[in-house]
Amino acid sequence: MEQAIYTILENRPLARQVYRMVLSGPTGAIQNPGQFVNIQIPGRFLRRPISVCDWDGETLTLIYKVVGLGTGDLSRMAPGQTLDLLTGLGNGYDLEKSGPRPLLIGGGVGVPPLYGLCRRLTAAGKACTVVLGFQNQADVFYVEEFRALGARVILMTDDGTAGQKGLVTQALPGLEYTYLYACGPMPMLRAVNAVAVGEGQFSLEERMGCGFGACMGCTCQTKSGPKRICKDGPVLERGEILW
Amino acid sequence: MVNTKVTLCGVELDNPVIPASGTFGYGREFAALYDINCLGSFSFKGTTLEPRFGNPTPRIAETAAGMLNSVGLQNPGVEAVIEKELPKLRQVFHKPVMANISGFSVAEYAEVARRLEDQPGIGWLEVNISCPNVHGGGMSFGADPALAAQVTKAVRRATKRPIIMKLSPNVTDIAAIARACQEAGADGISLINTLLAMRIDLKRRRPVLANGTGGLSGPAVKPVAVRMIYQVYEAVSIPIVGMGGVCTAEDVLELMLAGATAVEVGAANLVDPFASKKIVEELPRAMEKYGVEHLSELIGGAH
Repeated sequence: MEQAIYTILENRPLARQVYRMVLSGPTGAIQNPGQFVNIQIPGRFLRRPISVCDWDGETLTLIYKVVGLGTGDLSRMAPGQTLDLLTGLGNGYDLEKSGPRPLLIGGGVGVPPLYGLCRRLTAAGKACTVVLGFQNQADVFYVEEFRALGARVILMTDDGTAGQKGLVTQALPGLEYTYLYACGPMPMLRAVNAVAVGEGQFSLEERMGCGFGACMGCTCQTKSGPKRICKDGPVLERGEILW
Repeated sequence: MVNTKVTLCGVELDNPVIPASGTFGYGREFAALYDINCLGSFSFKGTTLEPRFGNPTPRIAETAAGMLNSVGLQNPGVEAVIEKELPKLRQVFHKPVMANISGFSVAEYAEVARRLEDQPGIGWLEVNISCPNVHGGGMSFGADPALAAQVTKAVRRATKRPIIMKLSPNVTDIAAIARACQEAGADGISLINTLLAMRIDLKRRRPVLANGTGGLSGPAVKPVAVRMIYQVYEAVSIPIVGMGGVCTAEDVLELMLAGATAVEVGAANLVDPFASKKIVEELPRAMEKYGVEHLSELIGGAH
Protein backbone atom coordinates (compact mmCIF):
# COMPACT_ATOMS: atom_id res chain seq x y z
CA MET A 1 0.00 0.00 0.00
CA GLU A 2 1.13 3.48 -0.77
CA GLN A 3 -0.34 6.92 -0.09
CA ALA A 4 0.36 9.71 -2.58
CA ILE A 5 -1.10 12.74 -4.30
CA TYR A 6 -2.17 12.18 -7.91
CA THR A 7 -2.91 14.69 -10.66
CA ILE A 8 -5.97 14.21 -12.83
CA LEU A 9 -4.97 13.98 -16.51
CA GLU A 10 -8.39 13.04 -17.86
CA ASN A 11 -11.89 12.69 -16.42
CA ARG A 12 -14.66 12.21 -18.96
CA PRO A 13 -17.90 10.35 -19.53
CA LEU A 14 -17.56 6.93 -21.13
CA ALA A 15 -21.15 5.68 -20.93
CA ARG A 16 -24.31 6.53 -19.01
CA GLN A 17 -23.19 7.71 -15.53
CA VAL A 18 -19.83 6.03 -16.14
CA TYR A 19 -16.59 8.03 -16.25
CA ARG A 20 -13.00 7.29 -17.06
CA MET A 21 -10.33 9.02 -14.99
CA VAL A 22 -6.64 8.90 -15.77
CA LEU A 23 -4.32 9.92 -12.94
CA SER A 24 -0.63 10.68 -12.90
CA GLY A 25 1.44 9.52 -9.92
CA PRO A 26 3.31 6.58 -8.43
CA THR A 27 2.01 3.12 -9.37
CA GLY A 28 4.70 0.99 -7.78
CA ALA A 29 2.39 -0.38 -5.08
CA ILE A 30 -0.02 -1.88 -7.62
CA GLN A 31 0.84 -5.51 -8.20
CA ASN A 32 -2.15 -7.29 -9.71
CA PRO A 33 -5.17 -6.48 -11.81
CA GLY A 34 -8.26 -6.60 -9.60
CA GLN A 35 -6.66 -4.47 -6.88
CA PHE A 36 -8.27 -1.15 -6.01
CA VAL A 37 -7.47 2.38 -4.88
CA ASN A 38 -9.17 4.33 -2.09
CA ILE A 39 -9.77 7.97 -2.96
CA GLN A 40 -10.10 10.85 -0.53
CA ILE A 41 -12.73 13.17 -1.95
CA PRO A 42 -12.59 16.69 -0.50
CA GLY A 43 -15.49 17.27 1.90
CA ARG A 44 -16.34 13.55 2.32
CA PHE A 45 -15.23 11.72 5.45
CA LEU A 46 -14.64 8.20 4.14
CA ARG A 47 -12.56 7.39 1.10
CA ARG A 48 -14.16 5.85 -2.00
CA PRO A 49 -12.81 2.48 -3.15
CA ILE A 50 -12.54 2.17 -6.95
CA SER A 51 -11.07 -0.78 -8.85
CA VAL A 52 -8.04 -0.16 -11.04
CA CYS A 53 -8.82 -0.59 -14.74
CA ASP A 54 -5.21 -0.42 -15.87
CA TRP A 55 -1.87 1.13 -15.00
CA ASP A 56 1.64 1.70 -16.32
CA GLY A 57 4.78 3.18 -14.80
CA GLU A 58 3.38 6.69 -14.37
CA THR A 59 -0.39 6.62 -14.77
CA LEU A 60 -3.39 4.70 -13.61
CA THR A 61 -6.81 4.47 -15.19
CA LEU A 62 -10.05 4.19 -13.24
CA ILE A 63 -13.52 3.64 -14.63
CA TYR A 64 -16.25 4.45 -12.14
CA LYS A 65 -19.99 4.87 -12.02
CA VAL A 66 -21.71 7.79 -10.31
CA VAL A 67 -23.75 6.07 -7.60
CA GLY A 68 -23.87 8.70 -4.86
CA LEU A 69 -22.54 11.98 -3.54
CA GLY A 70 -18.86 11.04 -3.48
CA THR A 71 -18.67 9.66 -7.00
CA GLY A 72 -20.79 12.64 -8.09
CA ASP A 73 -18.13 14.97 -6.70
CA LEU A 74 -15.47 12.91 -8.45
CA SER A 75 -17.21 13.22 -11.81
CA ARG A 76 -17.09 17.04 -11.57
CA MET A 77 -13.34 17.23 -10.99
CA ALA A 78 -11.19 18.58 -13.79
CA PRO A 79 -7.78 17.77 -15.25
CA GLY A 80 -5.04 19.47 -13.24
CA GLN A 81 -6.80 18.96 -9.90
CA THR A 82 -5.22 16.58 -7.43
CA LEU A 83 -6.48 13.67 -5.33
CA ASP A 84 -5.10 11.80 -2.31
CA LEU A 85 -5.09 8.06 -3.05
CA LEU A 86 -4.16 4.89 -1.25
CA THR A 87 -3.01 2.45 -3.94
CA GLY A 88 -2.15 -1.22 -4.10
CA LEU A 89 -5.12 -2.29 -1.97
CA GLY A 90 -6.56 -5.79 -1.96
CA ASN A 91 -5.17 -8.99 -3.44
CA GLY A 92 -6.20 -8.87 -7.11
CA TYR A 93 -6.42 -11.73 -9.59
CA ASP A 94 -3.86 -14.52 -9.84
CA LEU A 95 -2.67 -14.65 -13.46
CA GLU A 96 -0.76 -17.89 -12.92
CA LYS A 97 -3.98 -19.86 -12.68
CA SER A 98 -5.37 -18.88 -16.07
CA GLY A 99 -4.23 -21.80 -18.22
CA PRO A 100 -3.99 -21.20 -21.97
CA ARG A 101 -7.65 -20.20 -22.60
CA PRO A 102 -9.13 -18.16 -19.73
CA LEU A 103 -12.71 -16.88 -19.75
CA LEU A 104 -13.36 -13.41 -18.35
CA ILE A 105 -16.92 -12.42 -17.41
CA GLY A 106 -17.74 -8.84 -16.47
CA GLY A 107 -20.99 -7.03 -15.74
CA GLY A 108 -21.47 -3.25 -15.70
CA VAL A 109 -18.86 -1.49 -13.56
CA GLY A 110 -17.41 -4.93 -12.84
CA VAL A 111 -15.88 -4.76 -16.31
CA PRO A 112 -12.96 -2.31 -15.69
CA PRO A 113 -10.56 -4.52 -13.66
CA LEU A 114 -10.96 -7.26 -16.27
CA TYR A 115 -9.36 -4.96 -18.85
CA GLY A 116 -6.06 -4.74 -16.95
CA LEU A 117 -6.30 -8.50 -16.41
CA CYS A 118 -7.02 -9.20 -20.09
CA ARG A 119 -4.15 -7.00 -21.25
CA ARG A 120 -1.68 -8.88 -19.08
CA LEU A 121 -3.06 -12.30 -19.98
CA THR A 122 -2.99 -11.63 -23.73
CA ALA A 123 0.53 -10.20 -23.41
CA ALA A 124 1.49 -13.52 -21.79
CA GLY A 125 0.15 -15.36 -24.84
CA LYS A 126 -3.18 -16.50 -23.39
CA ALA A 127 -6.20 -16.73 -25.65
CA CYS A 128 -8.83 -14.77 -23.71
CA THR A 129 -12.55 -14.96 -24.26
CA VAL A 130 -14.37 -12.02 -22.68
CA VAL A 131 -18.10 -11.92 -22.00
CA LEU A 132 -19.30 -8.39 -21.22
CA GLY A 133 -22.80 -7.71 -19.90
CA PHE A 134 -24.61 -4.37 -19.73
CA GLN A 135 -28.25 -3.35 -19.30
CA ASN A 136 -28.55 -1.20 -22.41
CA GLN A 137 -26.53 0.20 -25.31
CA ALA A 138 -26.09 3.45 -23.35
CA ASP A 139 -24.19 1.55 -20.65
CA VAL A 140 -21.72 -0.21 -22.94
CA PHE A 141 -18.04 0.68 -22.78
CA TYR A 142 -14.63 -0.77 -23.67
CA VAL A 143 -15.79 -3.43 -26.17
CA GLU A 144 -13.37 -2.20 -28.83
CA GLU A 145 -10.59 -1.82 -26.27
CA PHE A 146 -10.88 -5.49 -25.32
CA ARG A 147 -10.95 -6.47 -29.00
CA ALA A 148 -7.84 -4.37 -29.63
CA LEU A 149 -6.03 -6.54 -27.11
CA GLY A 150 -6.78 -9.55 -29.30
CA ALA A 151 -9.46 -11.04 -27.07
CA ARG A 152 -12.60 -12.71 -28.40
CA VAL A 153 -15.41 -10.50 -27.08
CA ILE A 154 -19.05 -11.49 -26.64
CA LEU A 155 -21.28 -8.53 -25.81
CA MET A 156 -24.60 -9.09 -24.09
CA THR A 157 -27.25 -6.52 -23.19
CA ASP A 158 -30.40 -7.15 -21.18
CA ASP A 159 -32.60 -5.58 -23.83
CA GLY A 160 -30.64 -6.49 -26.96
CA THR A 161 -29.86 -2.86 -27.90
CA ALA A 162 -26.22 -3.83 -28.39
CA GLY A 163 -24.62 -7.23 -29.03
CA GLN A 164 -26.82 -10.19 -28.23
CA LYS A 165 -29.95 -9.98 -26.10
CA GLY A 166 -29.65 -11.72 -22.77
CA LEU A 167 -27.61 -12.17 -19.63
CA VAL A 168 -23.92 -13.09 -19.56
CA THR A 169 -24.85 -16.60 -18.48
CA GLN A 170 -26.66 -17.13 -21.80
CA ALA A 171 -23.34 -16.70 -23.61
CA LEU A 172 -21.67 -19.49 -21.67
CA PRO A 173 -23.07 -22.73 -23.21
CA GLY A 174 -20.56 -24.13 -25.66
CA LEU A 175 -17.65 -21.95 -24.54
CA GLU A 176 -14.51 -23.88 -23.74
CA TYR A 177 -12.07 -22.42 -21.27
CA THR A 178 -9.35 -23.37 -18.83
CA TYR A 179 -10.14 -20.93 -16.01
CA LEU A 180 -12.75 -18.37 -15.06
CA TYR A 181 -12.34 -14.77 -13.88
CA ALA A 182 -15.47 -12.79 -12.98
CA CYS A 183 -16.39 -9.36 -11.67
CA GLY A 184 -19.82 -7.80 -11.44
CA PRO A 185 -22.88 -7.37 -9.24
CA MET A 186 -23.62 -10.20 -6.81
CA PRO A 187 -26.73 -11.46 -8.69
CA MET A 188 -24.58 -11.85 -11.82
CA LEU A 189 -21.85 -13.67 -9.91
CA ARG A 190 -24.45 -16.00 -8.39
CA ALA A 191 -25.91 -16.73 -11.80
CA VAL A 192 -22.48 -17.40 -13.27
CA ASN A 193 -21.62 -19.68 -10.38
CA ALA A 194 -24.84 -21.61 -10.94
CA VAL A 195 -24.10 -22.51 -14.56
CA ALA A 196 -20.33 -22.24 -15.13
CA VAL A 197 -18.00 -25.21 -14.79
CA GLY A 198 -14.44 -25.35 -13.51
CA GLU A 199 -12.36 -23.29 -11.17
CA GLY A 200 -12.15 -19.54 -11.06
CA GLN A 201 -11.76 -16.33 -9.14
CA PHE A 202 -14.62 -13.93 -8.42
CA SER A 203 -14.22 -10.35 -7.27
CA LEU A 204 -16.70 -9.31 -4.58
CA GLU A 205 -17.93 -5.92 -3.48
CA GLU A 206 -18.74 -4.67 0.01
CA ARG A 207 -19.11 -1.33 1.77
CA MET A 208 -15.75 -0.47 3.29
CA GLY A 209 -14.51 1.68 6.11
CA CYS A 210 -10.75 1.86 5.70
CA GLY A 211 -9.97 -0.31 2.66
CA PHE A 212 -6.74 -1.67 4.14
CA GLY A 213 -7.81 -4.27 6.68
CA ALA A 214 -8.02 -2.29 9.90
CA CYS A 215 -11.68 -1.77 10.69
CA MET A 216 -13.37 -5.12 9.91
CA GLY A 217 -16.15 -3.16 8.22
CA CYS A 218 -16.32 -5.36 5.11
CA THR A 219 -15.84 -8.87 6.49
CA CYS A 220 -17.76 -11.71 4.86
CA GLN A 221 -18.00 -15.33 5.89
CA THR A 222 -16.31 -17.88 3.60
CA LYS A 223 -15.67 -21.62 3.67
CA SER A 224 -12.16 -20.77 4.83
CA GLY A 225 -13.33 -18.46 7.64
CA PRO A 226 -14.07 -14.74 7.89
CA LYS A 227 -12.37 -12.66 5.21
CA ARG A 228 -11.97 -8.92 4.88
CA ILE A 229 -13.06 -8.05 1.34
CA CYS A 230 -10.62 -5.12 1.31
CA LYS A 231 -7.53 -7.00 2.44
CA ASP A 232 -8.05 -10.77 2.00
CA GLY A 233 -10.15 -9.99 -1.12
CA PRO A 234 -11.75 -8.53 -3.10
CA VAL A 235 -10.86 -11.55 -5.25
CA LEU A 236 -11.90 -14.87 -3.72
CA GLU A 237 -11.54 -18.40 -5.03
CA ARG A 238 -14.83 -19.64 -6.42
CA GLY A 239 -14.67 -22.70 -4.15
CA GLU A 240 -14.49 -20.71 -0.91
CA ILE A 241 -17.41 -18.33 -1.49
CA LEU A 242 -20.59 -19.00 0.48
CA TRP A 243 -23.34 -18.26 -2.02
CA MET B 1 12.34 21.55 23.49
CA VAL B 2 8.85 20.62 24.62
CA ASN B 3 8.06 17.57 26.75
CA THR B 4 5.25 15.31 25.49
CA LYS B 5 5.47 12.67 28.22
CA VAL B 6 2.45 11.81 30.33
CA THR B 7 1.90 9.12 32.96
CA LEU B 8 -1.19 6.95 32.64
CA CYS B 9 -2.03 4.87 35.72
CA GLY B 10 1.63 4.66 36.70
CA VAL B 11 2.93 3.83 33.22
CA GLU B 12 4.88 6.55 31.45
CA LEU B 13 4.03 7.30 27.81
CA ASP B 14 6.39 9.11 25.41
CA ASN B 15 3.32 10.96 24.20
CA PRO B 16 -0.42 10.72 24.90
CA VAL B 17 -1.43 9.52 21.41
CA ILE B 18 -3.09 6.09 21.40
CA PRO B 19 -4.88 4.65 18.35
CA ALA B 20 -8.30 3.51 19.54
CA SER B 21 -9.53 -0.04 19.69
CA GLY B 22 -11.24 -1.24 16.52
CA THR B 23 -9.38 1.17 14.26
CA PHE B 24 -5.91 -0.37 14.54
CA GLY B 25 -6.48 -4.14 14.58
CA TYR B 26 -3.65 -5.84 16.47
CA GLY B 27 -1.21 -3.37 14.93
CA ARG B 28 -0.08 -5.51 12.01
CA GLU B 29 -1.54 -3.48 9.12
CA PHE B 30 -0.01 -0.27 10.47
CA ALA B 31 3.36 -1.76 11.45
CA ALA B 32 3.71 -2.64 7.75
CA LEU B 33 3.42 1.10 6.97
CA TYR B 34 5.49 2.80 9.68
CA ASP B 35 7.32 2.21 12.95
CA ILE B 36 4.40 2.17 15.37
CA ASN B 37 6.80 2.66 18.30
CA CYS B 38 6.39 6.39 17.69
CA LEU B 39 2.96 6.10 19.33
CA GLY B 40 2.31 6.50 23.03
CA SER B 41 0.65 3.10 22.91
CA PHE B 42 -2.31 1.61 21.07
CA SER B 43 -5.47 -0.14 22.14
CA PHE B 44 -5.92 -3.44 20.37
CA LYS B 45 -9.10 -4.78 18.78
CA GLY B 46 -11.83 -5.54 21.32
CA THR B 47 -11.25 -9.14 22.35
CA THR B 48 -13.82 -11.57 23.73
CA LEU B 49 -13.54 -15.07 25.19
CA GLU B 50 -14.84 -16.84 22.06
CA PRO B 51 -14.20 -15.93 18.42
CA ARG B 52 -16.87 -13.62 17.02
CA PHE B 53 -17.81 -13.07 13.39
CA GLY B 54 -19.69 -9.89 14.21
CA ASN B 55 -22.69 -8.42 12.45
CA PRO B 56 -23.82 -8.90 8.85
CA THR B 57 -22.77 -6.33 6.23
CA PRO B 58 -23.19 -3.51 5.43
CA ARG B 59 -21.46 -2.54 8.66
CA ILE B 60 -20.31 0.91 7.55
CA ALA B 61 -22.14 4.09 6.56
CA GLU B 62 -20.88 7.59 6.00
CA THR B 63 -22.30 10.71 7.65
CA ALA B 64 -21.43 14.39 7.55
CA ALA B 65 -18.04 14.64 9.29
CA GLY B 66 -18.08 11.07 10.45
CA MET B 67 -19.20 7.51 10.01
CA LEU B 68 -21.35 4.78 11.49
CA ASN B 69 -20.08 1.30 12.17
CA SER B 70 -21.81 -1.83 13.35
CA VAL B 71 -18.93 -4.28 13.22
CA GLY B 72 -20.17 -6.03 16.34
CA LEU B 73 -16.90 -6.98 18.03
CA GLN B 74 -15.52 -9.22 15.31
CA ASN B 75 -12.39 -10.81 16.78
CA PRO B 76 -10.64 -14.19 16.78
CA GLY B 77 -11.16 -14.79 20.51
CA VAL B 78 -8.67 -14.37 23.34
CA GLU B 79 -6.83 -17.67 22.82
CA ALA B 80 -6.10 -16.92 19.15
CA VAL B 81 -5.01 -13.42 20.15
CA ILE B 82 -2.57 -14.91 22.68
CA GLU B 83 -1.26 -17.55 20.27
CA LYS B 84 -1.16 -15.65 16.98
CA GLU B 85 -1.48 -11.91 17.40
CA LEU B 86 0.49 -10.99 20.52
CA PRO B 87 3.72 -12.84 19.54
CA LYS B 88 3.71 -11.02 16.18
CA LEU B 89 2.91 -7.74 17.87
CA ARG B 90 5.81 -8.08 20.32
CA GLN B 91 8.21 -8.34 17.38
CA VAL B 92 7.24 -4.91 16.08
CA PHE B 93 5.95 -3.01 19.12
CA HIS B 94 8.20 -2.60 22.13
CA LYS B 95 5.98 -0.51 24.38
CA PRO B 96 3.14 -1.56 26.67
CA VAL B 97 -0.02 -2.11 24.63
CA MET B 98 -3.53 -1.43 25.88
CA ALA B 99 -5.59 -4.63 25.86
CA ASN B 100 -9.21 -3.87 25.01
CA ILE B 101 -11.52 -6.59 26.29
CA SER B 102 -15.24 -7.16 26.05
CA GLY B 103 -17.78 -9.66 27.23
CA PHE B 104 -21.38 -10.77 27.39
CA SER B 105 -21.42 -11.57 31.10
CA VAL B 106 -19.58 -10.30 34.15
CA ALA B 107 -17.78 -13.64 34.35
CA GLU B 108 -16.64 -13.41 30.73
CA TYR B 109 -14.96 -10.06 31.27
CA ALA B 110 -13.09 -11.50 34.25
CA GLU B 111 -12.10 -14.64 32.34
CA VAL B 112 -10.65 -12.70 29.39
CA ALA B 113 -8.68 -10.56 31.85
CA ARG B 114 -7.42 -13.69 33.62
CA ARG B 115 -6.25 -15.32 30.36
CA LEU B 116 -4.28 -12.20 29.45
CA GLU B 117 -2.71 -11.86 32.90
CA ASP B 118 0.47 -13.81 32.07
CA GLN B 119 0.98 -12.17 28.71
CA PRO B 120 3.95 -9.82 28.62
CA GLY B 121 3.77 -6.41 27.00
CA ILE B 122 0.32 -5.37 28.22
CA GLY B 123 0.26 -2.08 30.10
CA TRP B 124 -3.42 -1.66 30.84
CA LEU B 125 -6.73 -3.41 30.34
CA GLU B 126 -9.31 -1.22 28.67
CA VAL B 127 -12.63 -2.76 29.60
CA ASN B 128 -15.26 -2.05 26.98
CA ILE B 129 -18.63 -1.77 28.68
CA SER B 130 -19.95 0.44 25.93
CA CYS B 131 -20.18 -1.36 22.58
CA PRO B 132 -23.46 -0.22 21.00
CA ASN B 133 -23.45 -2.95 18.33
CA VAL B 134 -24.03 -6.14 20.27
CA HIS B 135 -27.00 -7.49 22.16
CA GLY B 136 -26.96 -8.84 25.69
CA GLY B 137 -23.60 -7.33 26.61
CA GLY B 138 -21.50 -4.37 25.68
CA MET B 139 -23.34 -1.15 26.24
CA SER B 140 -25.86 -2.60 28.67
CA PHE B 141 -23.08 -2.91 31.29
CA GLY B 142 -22.03 0.68 30.74
CA ALA B 143 -25.52 2.15 30.97
CA ASP B 144 -26.07 1.33 34.64
CA PRO B 145 -23.80 2.32 37.55
CA ALA B 146 -24.45 -0.91 39.46
CA LEU B 147 -23.64 -3.16 36.48
CA ALA B 148 -20.60 -1.06 35.57
CA ALA B 149 -19.37 -1.51 39.14
CA GLN B 150 -19.96 -5.27 38.99
CA VAL B 151 -17.82 -5.62 35.86
CA THR B 152 -15.14 -3.40 37.37
CA LYS B 153 -14.98 -5.47 40.56
CA ALA B 154 -14.84 -8.76 38.67
CA VAL B 155 -12.01 -7.59 36.41
CA ARG B 156 -10.27 -6.02 39.43
CA ARG B 157 -10.11 -9.46 41.07
CA ALA B 158 -8.79 -11.04 37.85
CA THR B 159 -5.81 -8.76 37.18
CA LYS B 160 -3.06 -6.82 38.87
CA ARG B 161 -2.75 -4.52 35.88
CA PRO B 162 -4.33 -1.09 35.75
CA ILE B 163 -7.92 -1.29 34.50
CA ILE B 164 -9.48 1.48 32.49
CA MET B 165 -13.25 1.30 32.07
CA LYS B 166 -14.41 2.41 28.61
CA LEU B 167 -17.72 4.21 28.93
CA SER B 168 -20.62 4.85 26.62
CA PRO B 169 -21.91 8.33 25.82
CA ASN B 170 -25.41 6.87 25.42
CA VAL B 171 -26.37 7.54 29.04
CA THR B 172 -28.12 10.28 30.96
CA ASP B 173 -25.54 10.68 33.75
CA ILE B 174 -21.98 9.83 32.69
CA ALA B 175 -20.55 11.18 35.95
CA ALA B 176 -22.51 8.67 38.05
CA ILE B 177 -21.21 5.75 36.00
CA ALA B 178 -17.63 7.00 36.13
CA ARG B 179 -17.89 7.40 39.91
CA ALA B 180 -19.30 3.88 40.27
CA CYS B 181 -16.32 2.49 38.33
CA GLN B 182 -13.85 4.43 40.47
CA GLU B 183 -15.47 3.23 43.69
CA ALA B 184 -15.37 -0.37 42.39
CA GLY B 185 -11.61 -0.20 41.88
CA ALA B 186 -11.02 1.16 38.38
CA ASP B 187 -7.66 2.85 37.78
CA GLY B 188 -8.89 4.97 34.92
CA ILE B 189 -11.84 5.87 32.71
CA SER B 190 -11.84 6.05 28.93
CA LEU B 191 -14.53 7.77 26.93
CA ILE B 192 -16.35 8.22 24.68
CA ASN B 193 -17.29 5.08 22.77
CA THR B 194 -19.50 5.73 19.74
CA LEU B 195 -22.92 7.36 19.83
CA LEU B 196 -25.85 5.13 18.96
CA ALA B 197 -27.08 6.29 15.55
CA MET B 198 -28.86 5.31 12.34
CA ARG B 199 -29.03 6.22 8.67
CA ILE B 200 -31.83 5.29 6.27
CA ASP B 201 -31.45 4.50 2.57
CA LEU B 202 -34.04 6.55 0.65
CA LYS B 203 -34.28 4.11 -2.25
CA ARG B 204 -34.74 0.98 -0.15
CA ARG B 205 -36.57 2.80 2.67
CA ARG B 206 -34.64 0.72 5.16
CA PRO B 207 -31.71 1.41 7.51
CA VAL B 208 -28.39 1.49 5.65
CA LEU B 209 -26.71 -0.81 8.17
CA ALA B 210 -27.74 -4.45 8.26
CA ASN B 211 -27.82 -4.18 12.05
CA GLY B 212 -30.17 -1.19 11.85
CA THR B 213 -28.26 0.96 14.31
CA GLY B 214 -24.54 1.64 14.53
CA GLY B 215 -22.07 3.79 16.41
CA LEU B 216 -21.30 7.31 15.23
CA SER B 217 -17.66 8.43 15.32
CA GLY B 218 -15.44 10.98 13.65
CA PRO B 219 -15.14 14.78 13.97
CA ALA B 220 -18.93 15.06 14.34
CA VAL B 221 -18.75 13.66 17.88
CA LYS B 222 -15.77 15.62 19.21
CA PRO B 223 -17.76 18.32 21.06
CA VAL B 224 -19.78 15.60 22.78
CA ALA B 225 -16.54 13.92 23.83
CA VAL B 226 -15.09 17.17 25.15
CA ARG B 227 -18.23 17.85 27.19
CA MET B 228 -18.31 14.33 28.70
CA ILE B 229 -14.57 14.28 29.49
CA TYR B 230 -15.05 17.64 31.19
CA GLN B 231 -17.94 16.26 33.28
CA VAL B 232 -16.13 13.06 34.23
CA TYR B 233 -12.98 14.99 35.18
CA GLU B 234 -15.02 16.82 37.80
CA ALA B 235 -16.58 13.57 39.07
CA VAL B 236 -13.53 11.32 39.56
CA SER B 237 -9.92 11.53 40.70
CA ILE B 238 -8.56 8.72 38.46
CA PRO B 239 -7.03 9.51 35.05
CA ILE B 240 -9.13 9.80 31.92
CA VAL B 241 -8.30 8.54 28.45
CA GLY B 242 -10.24 10.84 26.15
CA MET B 243 -11.41 10.04 22.63
CA GLY B 244 -13.98 11.14 20.09
CA GLY B 245 -13.29 12.63 16.68
CA VAL B 246 -9.62 13.42 17.26
CA CYS B 247 -7.89 14.22 13.96
CA THR B 248 -5.17 16.76 14.83
CA ALA B 249 -2.64 17.66 17.51
CA GLU B 250 -4.90 20.59 18.44
CA ASP B 251 -7.69 18.12 19.12
CA VAL B 252 -5.35 16.28 21.51
CA LEU B 253 -4.69 19.53 23.39
CA GLU B 254 -8.42 20.26 23.56
CA LEU B 255 -9.30 16.88 25.06
CA MET B 256 -6.44 17.21 27.55
CA LEU B 257 -7.68 20.64 28.63
CA ALA B 258 -11.08 19.01 29.20
CA GLY B 259 -9.41 16.51 31.51
CA ALA B 260 -7.79 13.72 29.50
CA THR B 261 -4.37 12.37 30.50
CA ALA B 262 -4.03 10.44 27.23
CA VAL B 263 -5.99 10.69 24.00
CA GLU B 264 -7.16 7.98 21.63
CA VAL B 265 -7.40 8.47 17.88
CA GLY B 266 -10.15 6.41 16.22
CA ALA B 267 -11.94 7.00 12.95
CA ALA B 268 -9.11 9.22 11.68
CA ASN B 269 -6.92 6.10 11.32
CA LEU B 270 -9.40 4.67 8.84
CA VAL B 271 -9.33 7.59 6.42
CA ASP B 272 -5.61 8.25 6.80
CA PRO B 273 -3.54 5.24 7.89
CA PHE B 274 -0.79 7.65 8.93
CA ALA B 275 -3.11 9.87 11.02
CA SER B 276 -1.83 8.83 14.46
CA LYS B 277 1.81 9.15 13.39
CA LYS B 278 1.12 12.60 11.95
CA ILE B 279 -0.56 13.72 15.18
CA VAL B 280 2.47 12.58 17.18
CA GLU B 281 4.73 14.52 14.84
CA GLU B 282 2.56 17.65 14.96
CA LEU B 283 2.30 17.71 18.76
CA PRO B 284 5.51 19.67 19.51
CA ARG B 285 4.58 22.41 17.03
CA ALA B 286 1.06 22.68 18.43
CA MET B 287 2.47 22.85 21.96
CA GLU B 288 4.86 25.64 20.98
CA LYS B 289 2.04 27.51 19.30
CA TYR B 290 0.00 27.49 22.51
CA GLY B 291 2.94 28.00 24.87
CA VAL B 292 2.88 24.53 26.39
CA GLU B 293 6.23 23.29 27.72
CA HIS B 294 5.13 20.12 29.49
CA LEU B 295 2.10 18.47 27.93
CA SER B 296 1.05 17.02 31.30
CA GLU B 297 0.44 20.55 32.61
CA LEU B 298 -2.57 20.80 30.26
CA ILE B 299 -4.56 17.99 31.88
CA GLY B 300 -7.83 19.43 33.14
CA GLY B 301 -6.55 22.93 32.43
CA ALA B 302 -9.94 24.20 31.27
CA HIS B 303 -11.56 23.74 34.67
